[in-house]
Amino acid sequence: MLPTLNGRLQTRIFMLVVFGGIITFLITPVLPDGAPGLPGFDGTYYRITYIILATVLVLGILWELLYHLIQQFRWEKDWPTMFGLITAINEGALVWLLLELGLVPGLPQGLDDGDLPSFFWWAFFIDFSVIWFVIWIWTNGPMRVPFIRWRFQGGRIV
Amino acid sequence: MIEPTAASVVPTTDPNTYLPAQPMPAGDLTDQMLQTDFWTDELVASAGIPIVDVPFVTVGSGIGSFVTVDYLRIAGVPTSQMRVLGTLDHPWQTYEYLTRVSQIPRGERLRSDSASRPDNIWGFPSYGFAEAMRTFNPKLLWQLFSEPIFADYYTPKAGQAFETMEREKNRIGYDEMLVKGLVRIVRRRYGGGYFTILTPPEGASATKRVAFRSQYVHIAVGYPGLKFLPELQRYRTEHNDYRHIVNAYESHEHVYERLLQQPSTVMVRGGGIVASRVLQRLMDDRLLKGAQTNIVHLFRTYYHGTNDGYGNEEDPRPGGGKTRLFMRRRGENGWAYQGFNYPKSVWGGQLKKQVRGLEGEQRAEIYKRMGGTNTPWRKLWQKQMNQGRKEGWYQVLVGTVDDMQPHGERILNQVRTAQGTVPVEVDFVIDCTGLEADIAEHRLLKDLLEHGGASRNPVGRLNVDRNFELIGTRSGNGAMYASGATTLGGYFPGVDTFLGLQVAAQEIYLDLRKRKFCKRIGPVRSTIQWWKWLFGSKP
Repeated sequence: MLPTLNGRLQTRIFMLVVFGGIITFLITPVLPDGAPGLPGFDGTYYRITYIILATVLVLGILWELLYHLIQQFRWEKDWPTMFGLITAINEGALVWLLLELGLVPGLPQGLDDGDLPSFFWWAFFIDFSVIWFVIWIWTNGPMRVPFIRWRFQGGRIV
Repeated sequence: MIEPTAASVVPTTDPNTYLPAQPMPAGDLTDQMLQTDFWTDELVASAGIPIVDVPFVTVGSGIGSFVTVDYLRIAGVPTSQMRVLGTLDHPWQTYEYLTRVSQIPRGERLRSDSASRPDNIWGFPSYGFAEAMRTFNPKLLWQLFSEPIFADYYTPKAGQAFETMEREKNRIGYDEMLVKGLVRIVRRRYGGGYFTILTPPEGASATKRVAFRSQYVHIAVGYPGLKFLPELQRYRTEHNDYRHIVNAYESHEHVYERLLQQPSTVMVRGGGIVASRVLQRLMDDRLLKGAQTNIVHLFRTYYHGTNDGYGNEEDPRPGGGKTRLFMRRRGENGWAYQGFNYPKSVWGGQLKKQVRGLEGEQRAEIYKRMGGTNTPWRKLWQKQMNQGRKEGWYQVLVGTVDDMQPHGERILNQVRTAQGTVPVEVDFVIDCTGLEADIAEHRLLKDLLEHGGASRNPVGRLNVDRNFELIGTRSGNGAMYASGATTLGGYFPGVDTFLGLQVAAQEIYLDLRKRKFCKRIGPVRSTIQWWKWLFGSKP
């Protein structure tokens, strides 16, 4: 990718809102919840997954500022494909850390104090990685099909 | 905008530079036409030149023309509305010739990004992905994933680029639009639009010239020409020796053939991609085919560490100081290393945005800073050069050549180095410096500068606006665009590349869309058109 700062932010928001939103809707009913059988459509679960998605989005904006700074050290001013995938590690770890510390606001009782059940880790891991991977794939190719100007304007959508 | 009624008549000092002496046959350009900046319909008709009406013509018939009409075809313009004027049978003809003689035959790899596909405006699937799928090669996928950190940048094979362009050419009905012939004059038309004068091949038309009357003209004539280093050109003409001194961009296979038969010394001049390719050929022949070639590589500028377009870290640059922390690239063993011809972000990221906002000297400054001869760091090349240095058959010199004289069958060079002048006797010299000729050496461009209202940009090439309209050439409701190497130095760097041609084509499409010449390629149209591309059906 050849992002500008503005393009980074726009792409980040677009991807997480559109793909993050859709995938969260589809994946939440099948995430592990510590009980036998699939959890199905449940308002509480949706509340958790969407709050985590929002957390990734808000923190992501801050991360993008850091990535932009790192990019300045690169002569090409590019952002290698690999970086787009491996940044899942630092970003995921930070969100998990905040969950562990009970610093993510708005979560229902039982998850807001950092004392997290073990199935929750797997639910988080699956949710986070699936969304990240789909967005990464989409950003590195198919996105160019509907939006022909996107790649030439540093990832800006508007 | 220039008011057509205020047209000035600029007398040419020597009309014979354009045409053979009089009397002119019917259907040819007249002196009056050559001396008039704005032509009326009557003027053209009275010369007996037949007039063909078509809204859009593109002059050049190379990859620049192809990419532009491809975009417009996808934007819904039928083939009947456009004509491609030029001498080439197919768009990649000149490009293939130049890459082949400079040692990139179809099976070798270009220096071009995976997503820079002239046959596909979306760049998806990229060359790399397509090649990996076709050849079931997971290594390529790994390369695409890990470039440029753990692997060299993926670059496509020349053959893949030509084959896919051929497919796209057939898909968009390119041949229906192609009119063969030479274009040397485009003049503004009194009342708006342009006349483009085509000289068809002999016998192809009843008259010597044919005029295309169009609202829009696109100029994509490519490199105006290549120059030799002056001392090489002098030697060639003085000693009538075109065998031992060759330019990498002319056919020089005889050199390699000779090297296989006889142990010889070759001097390679230049530090760019072509020098790298030529060295690879020389080293391949040595390592794989047993040639006993010694290589003397002459650099003018020797890079030994971080650098930018002004030179090494400590070399002087305006405002003093060293390379900027945020604007420096790697260099070593004489070379400056860079993946592609420009820092990658000129095609879509930060540098593209930055240059778009710069004028005059500031723009020239950043061109200079990110410029300079450079080549990619490739594993194979590093391995070969290291072996050559170790075994002593690859030697590097830094300097310029003061004098060249024949010495028996060989050539004696007096190389001026920092340590003084040293004589170097070699059997062949391969010039890989790739100097480009001035745009005025191209007759069409010269005419546009003198009679068409075109001007030069801060770097001396054709001055185009952000939408690639040729500044100063507007004619009534018509517009003239230019893209490719002739427009280097404008608001968008990287024009003389696959992706650069597509960036230009997109800007031109957007401008023509505002002028209602084509449809909008919004998300829906774009997606439908992409599927059509995938299945090979007409746009």
